[in-house]
Amino acid sequence: MSEVLNQQAAVTDGAHVAHPHEQAHEHHHETFVSKYIFSMDHKTIGKQFLITGIVWAIIGGLFSVLFRLQLGYPEESFPILETFFGEWAKGGQIQPEFYYGLVTIHGTVLVFFVLTAGLSGTFANLLIPLQVGARDMASPFMNMLSYWFFFLAGVVMLSSIFVHTGPASGGWTMYPPLSALRQAGDGQKLGADLWLVSMALFIISSLLGGLNYIATILNMRTKGMSMTRMPLPIWAMFFTAILGVLSFPVLLSGAILLLFDRNLGTSFYLSDIVVNGEILPNEGGSAILYQHLFWFLGHPEVYIILLPAMGMVSEILSVNSRKPIFGYMAMLGSLFAIAILAFLVWAHHMFVTGLNPFLGSVFVLLTLLIAVPSAIKVFNWLTTIWRGNIRFTPATLFAIGFVSLFISGGLTGIFLGNSTIDIHLHDTMFVVAHFHIVMGVASFFGMFAGVYHWFPKMFGRYLNNTMAYMHFWVTMIGSYLIFWPMHYQGLAGVPRRYLDKRGWVSFNDFADLDKMITVVSIVVFAVQLLFVFNFFYSIFKGRKVRTQNPWGANTLEWTTPINPGHGNWEGDIPEVHRWPYDYGKDGREFIPQTEPVSAQESKSH
Amino acid sequence: MQVLFIIAILVLAFVIIFQISKASEYVAVLRGWERTRKQTNRINAFMLLAFLVLGLIGVYLCNEKFKGRILGEPASDHGVLVDRMLYVTIAVTFVVFLITQIALFWFSYKYQESDDRKAFFYPHNNTLELIWTVIPAIALTVLVGFGIVYWFRITGDAPKDAMQVEVVGKQFGWEFRYPGADGILGKKYFKNVDPAAGNPAGQIWEDSTNKDDVFVEQEMHLVVGKPVKLVIGAKDVIHDVGLVHFRMKMDAVPGTPTTMWFTPKYTTKEMKEKTGNPDFVYELSCDQMCGKGHWSMRGVVVVETQAEFDAWLASKKPQYLVANPDKDPSKKNDTPAATTNAVAIN
Repeated sequence: MSEVLNQQAAVTDGAHVAHPHEQAHEHHHETFVSKYIFSMDHKTIGKQFLITGIVWAIIGGLFSVLFRLQLGYPEESFPILETFFGEWAKGGQIQPEFYYGLVTIHGTVLVFFVLTAGLSGTFANLLIPLQVGARDMASPFMNMLSYWFFFLAGVVMLSSIFVHTGPASGGWTMYPPLSALRQAGDGQKLGADLWLVSMALFIISSLLGGLNYIATILNMRTKGMSMTRMPLPIWAMFFTAILGVLSFPVLLSGAILLLFDRNLGTSFYLSDIVVNGEILPNEGGSAILYQHLFWFLGHPEVYIILLPAMGMVSEILSVNSRKPIFGYMAMLGSLFAIAILAFLVWAHHMFVTGLNPFLGSVFVLLTLLIAVPSAIKVFNWLTTIWRGNIRFTPATLFAIGFVSLFISGGLTGIFLGNSTIDIHLHDTMFVVAHFHIVMGVASFFGMFAGVYHWFPKMFGRYLNNTMAYMHFWVTMIGSYLIFWPMHYQGLAGVPRRYLDKRGWVSFNDFADLDKMITVVSIVVFAVQLLFVFNFFYSIFKGRKVRTQNPWGANTLEWTTPINPGHGNWEGDIPEVHRWPYDYGKDGREFIPQTEPVSAQESKSH
Repeated sequence: MQVLFIIAILVLAFVIIFQISKASEYVAVLRGWERTRKQTNRINAFMLLAFLVLGLIGVYLCNEKFKGRILGEPASDHGVLVDRMLYVTIAVTFVVFLITQIALFWFSYKYQESDDRKAFFYPHNNTLELIWTVIPAIALTVLVGFGIVYWFRITGDAPKDAMQVEVVGKQFGWEFRYPGADGILGKKYFKNVDPAAGNPAGQIWEDSTNKDDVFVEQEMHLVVGKPVKLVIGAKDVIHDVGLVHFRMKMDAVPGTPTTMWFTPKYTTKEMKEKTGNPDFVYELSCDQMCGKGHWSMRGVVVVETQAEFDAWLASKKPQYLVANPDKDPSKKNDTPAATTNAVAIN
């Protein structure tokens, strides 16, 4: 036992070694501020990430409703918009600068603040210590800093919305020279500087968090928790953190060079420019350099968003099918393969930038290679539920929805990764449909699955089931209604970021479809508000959890008290004796990881 | 009004849903939690199956409704390759889509929780995993192979006899330059750009190949059946030359010229007949976010016969003569001093 304790000594104070049976949380004198605001408890920090993420998701989602109004009803005016947004919606019509500001902030916020911080930040923080058997993160202080840097990034981003010239409006990718030149538009003035500063703060946050996750997973597993006995969410978070730590600094360099170009007169990205009649002195820079730096993060970022969802879905499908995850090692191997390939495919976003065609062909090959580990994962999920005994908790439904969306959106990736087809589909609505399904909505489904599954662990209460099922079904049906027909717009070549297509002969054919999509997205947004309501209502009024292990799961988090304090386990941290997926083995419904392997047990696994 | 109405309906629906949700939780507790859970489980299993069936019907109906609206026949030789690759990929992925989605929802329905069944302990099977690693790998190799062959054909060197046109994007419009009789685009330098002095492209007048170059805006003329190589650039920010009917696309990057080539297959007139749309024109769209006018950055491409093209080009005066009217032999010019300043800048 003392080995376990020594292993943990770094996390908590030395008192545990001397008095192993004292309860962990009795050591802290917690005030409101130290417990809920500047908390160093990984569970509280996880909840902070989640709630902040929810706030940002509402803002980002609301923005999408606003620009969908413009797309669906370009000819109508909505006086209510002028009431709220003044000259940005003059005469009740969304002005182009405002439209592009909305699109930019929607993308930035949802990709980085919601699906990176809100997803990884929440579940890496919550699950890593609980599932590997640690009392907290390797550095709880750094962990707290990680949240507060994220919060600061959010404050800066939010303030940019209230700037007179409007927020950044160069698209979430912020390609220079557009984003580098104040003369190029209102959104490229103060808003763009704030965007860059906010991203820099965000990157610091995500590095502090990521290093912590890696250190905790490598060093602080409880006795018996070998790497191959870790639950799949932990493996997914591990690869996610590595991806983030290796690629975010590259984006930081890209952003800083851009700040230099904007404010110090350098020419990293600028050459041969005549903007608004003004001839700029810059020569010799390369606008494409930024795209390389951006997508060197930007593509791994897709997997930073997707991998945690994959990990949680694996866990949830296994627990609720009452069956082991099929092909644990293959799941692991495919996560690893995806993580490696994620670094080698960035230029598939740049097939039509004038990239050397030979280089392009190499990226085609590497990009389509990713489909192999992705296919393995899909088939393994299918085999996991095959001959199971499936309980359709809201979490299970969202996990199944995730697999469905991942298939649909993943397959369209085979179109876009093939440079020949990409020539036609690049920057059309097809791309919008593709990445929203596979990365946006699918990851949201993974996140919802996680929230419904671990809410009882977070708050000691359940979410309301009726609202949960309604949330799932409307979101599932709505997502397909919104994004499936959108592919046809893309096949017709309709470019993305066109706020009014009536002036075009080629693209003016989809007014009815745009209206339908707008109406559905308003309904889907409303149902997300229902979820948010359910979330906050259930924190205080939800049905109480009465058993320690409500889902009958094997992993360690369900061996903690129903409402665990800081330190997670009262008394010793449990020892682990087996992998986490012994469901249905030898006729037993589940065998927790803490149970020693008995002599009679069958050997399989 | 409409908005307020929608909001009112949503709020009302919200309150009703909340009340029902609360009530159903009480009812569930009264009836026995386990019994309610099992019933809900059956309902959701059925709904997953219904979702599959209705979803597949929806996919079919959606295709019926929209398949006529995706642009018909490609209007360039390269477009034919792009479309062929596209339809092969649609066929392959649609089969995979059907198999996996049906399996997913059918398994969910079939293996819903039942007291009579025990879950099957099945942690792995190397043969199966090998099969579904190898089959996708083979399918993708085929797609990659075709894709790369086509890709090299499309991005390879333009034929020697291709005509050249320079395309330049700016906020928010398009400029074109034709090389004139010598077939060579004259040199240019961005610091020479001076629309007021008749030099919007920044041509260097000392370069004699510039003397016959023709400059036009917003409308590009091409010859049917004749390969064309576009030399693409941008003045201010990145734009993108999107030629949707030709299935071609290439970024216009300030400071880094790019190229693309293709052969138009049909004249604008022929396309009007083919599409049955008398208003048909080939459009040039900007496909890269370039600022507040991005959505309206439209150019027109006219594809015509060689004779029509020659007549059109002959009607245009070389930009050198526009900028330097005193050099124009067709004009009797009495005040040569007035326009020499523009040249002096160089």
